[in-house]
Amino acid sequence: MKRAVFWVVAVLVLVGLQMQLGNWIGPYYYKIVILTGINIILAVSLNLINGITGQFSIGHAGFYAVGAYTSASLVTYGESSIRGMVEFLPRMGQDAVLLLLGILVAAISAGIAGLAVGIPSLRLRGDYLAIVTLGFGEIIRVVILNVDAVGGARGFSSIPPMSDFFLFWVFLFVVITVSVIQNIVDSSYGRAFISIKDDEIAAEAMGVDTTRFKVLSFVISSMFAGIGGSLFGHYTAYLNPNSFTFITSFYLIIMIVVGGLGSIKGSILGAILITVVLELFRSLSEFRLVGFSILLVLVMLYRPQGLMGFWELLRLKRRTAAAKS
Amino acid sequence: MITFLQQLINGISQGSAYALIALGYTMVYGVLGLINFAHSDVYMFGAFMGYYIANSRVVQDRLGGSVFAAIIVMVAAMALSAGLGMLIERFAYRPGRTRTRFTLAFWLGILGAVFGDLFKHSVMGVVAGAVVGIAVGVLVELAGIHPVRQDSRLALLIIAIGVSLFLENGGQLVFGADPKFFPEIIPSTSLNVGALNLDTQKLIVLLVAIILMVLLNLLVHYTKTGKAMRAVSYNLDAAKLMGINTDRIIAFTFAVGSALAAAGGILVSLLYPKIDPLMGVMPGLKAFVAAVLGGIGNITGAMVGGLILGFAEVMAVGYGSSTYRDAIAFVVLVLILLFKPGGIMGKGTVEKV
Repeated sequence: MKRAVFWVVAVLVLVGLQMQLGNWIGPYYYKIVILTGINIILAVSLNLINGITGQFSIGHAGFYAVGAYTSASLVTYGESSIRGMVEFLPRMGQDAVLLLLGILVAAISAGIAGLAVGIPSLRLRGDYLAIVTLGFGEIIRVVILNVDAVGGARGFSSIPPMSDFFLFWVFLFVVITVSVIQNIVDSSYGRAFISIKDDEIAAEAMGVDTTRFKVLSFVISSMFAGIGGSLFGHYTAYLNPNSFTFITSFYLIIMIVVGGLGSIKGSILGAILITVVLELFRSLSEFRLVGFSILLVLVMLYRPQGLMGFWELLRLKRRTAAAKS
Repeated sequence: MITFLQQLINGISQGSAYALIALGYTMVYGVLGLINFAHSDVYMFGAFMGYYIANSRVVQDRLGGSVFAAIIVMVAAMALSAGLGMLIERFAYRPGRTRTRFTLAFWLGILGAVFGDLFKHSVMGVVAGAVVGIAVGVLVELAGIHPVRQDSRLALLIIAIGVSLFLENGGQLVFGADPKFFPEIIPSTSLNVGALNLDTQKLIVLLVAIILMVLLNLLVHYTKTGKAMRAVSYNLDAAKLMGINTDRIIAFTFAVGSALAAAGGILVSLLYPKIDPLMGVMPGLKAFVAAVLGGIGNITGAMVGGLILGFAEVMAVGYGSSTYRDAIAFVVLVLILLFKPGGIMGKGTVEKV
């Protein structure tokens, strides 16, 4: 009951915002709000593998790209036939069907890519994942550059735009992502992920099939990255391989590290903070990146738990105290 | 057959450059268990130092074009890169281990200098920014805020990624983002041996790489410092208990690895003279693959791995397509991780609690 009320309220609030927000803040800030939403999806999903399972992926942009491009290709090349199948719906309903199909395909393809990358690298200790994902992120970009059907280096520009009702969709998926990942963390699966982060050998000794859970966590994380990519592609209606370099992955890492590795609230906060700061300092270009990389080093040296690490720990302590008494 | 031999030579000279970079990865992994992401940027730094030294007034006027000039360029760039390697170790990796002082002052000083340049565009601005940054850093430290001691490898890995990005972006700021062309410090002529057509530059690359590897082997196996390095990589804590100054040995390992990377950077720049601040990313990745291929932590393995990888890549490009040249290393890495994660020369290690 409580859950149903939550979803109804969430959808109503989103519809309301969709109607009014654009008028209140103007198109520029509207765009920042949408990008923030997409970054929240990406950061929270990256946090599942990097923060909660304790493995380290630095190629999230690769899965983001896989999602963006598969979804955009499906919608671009299959638009008329899909619209034909759901002719009875009004225009807006057809758009929704297209978008949801795109998102579904994006999640599946990014998940498969995650499986292919995860199985070889996750059987071993976590730091191999870092280098394999870095390589994968670059390779996928090279592949996209060489596929002419998606525009290659020119970029994929003929994606049908669907930005009419977009704020609603982006934030609906933000809510879905956050609640799904929070529920995973609170489930027995989540406990297994956390146990792998804390001590892999002990987890194995307790009967956790570490490889299986690591791959699972990585695949789920990749799927949500794909969803983020799909939303990004349909919002901008233009994709360029240069949007998916390792710099993109780096910004996502900064978001979750500043927010606090392993904290979902932290990831949301980090995503909002970094997206806004990046926009504010857009004119500084390279200086921005130098500053951010120093920030990353200093946060890890002086406050490895990030902004939210403290609050999350507090919650955990309270829970264990409650469980004891 | 002739084409094959030709390709073989290309592969070996390419591979020996990978091997030089791979040595740094493998040595640092040996002592700290850390993938030193910043290593690929030290390689870039070495190439740029070589570029600036070779174009400097002194080298140009006094020694223009002689073999001696080439040696000076090489040695000076290696020394500067060794310094950079030690700085990285001292201010990024060591603080989490032993709470060294002035860490914050160092980083804030750099940040201050960058902002000084941004707002004032003058030397004074940079100096003033750096001074303010250092002062703030020292004050914060006096107030009792120190780096957190950490034993997690993940934290070190993130720091390494941060340092790598710092060097890449700092490089774009200082050296400029557009590519530069490395001067031809060794003239390129071709030698004909039978039907084979050999490029002297490729032979020199191979020769220098072999000399450096032999020197490294002598250093590691026949000196006291080398013995200490092997001890630290075998067991850091036990080495410390035996009276070895482990911090000094780790710093020395970084210095040696960085010097080798710089040598690799200059040698590769002889063959492919276009250099830019992001040039290290791909060779770094491939050199890491070479290190894993040979068995990470194993010095001979890194050399063998580098040669095999260079050979595989040249063959794939020669007889296949060059579009996916960069994908070869990635495929090799995935295959190795699937079938022989210990690498060719590596021992199968058992994880202990």
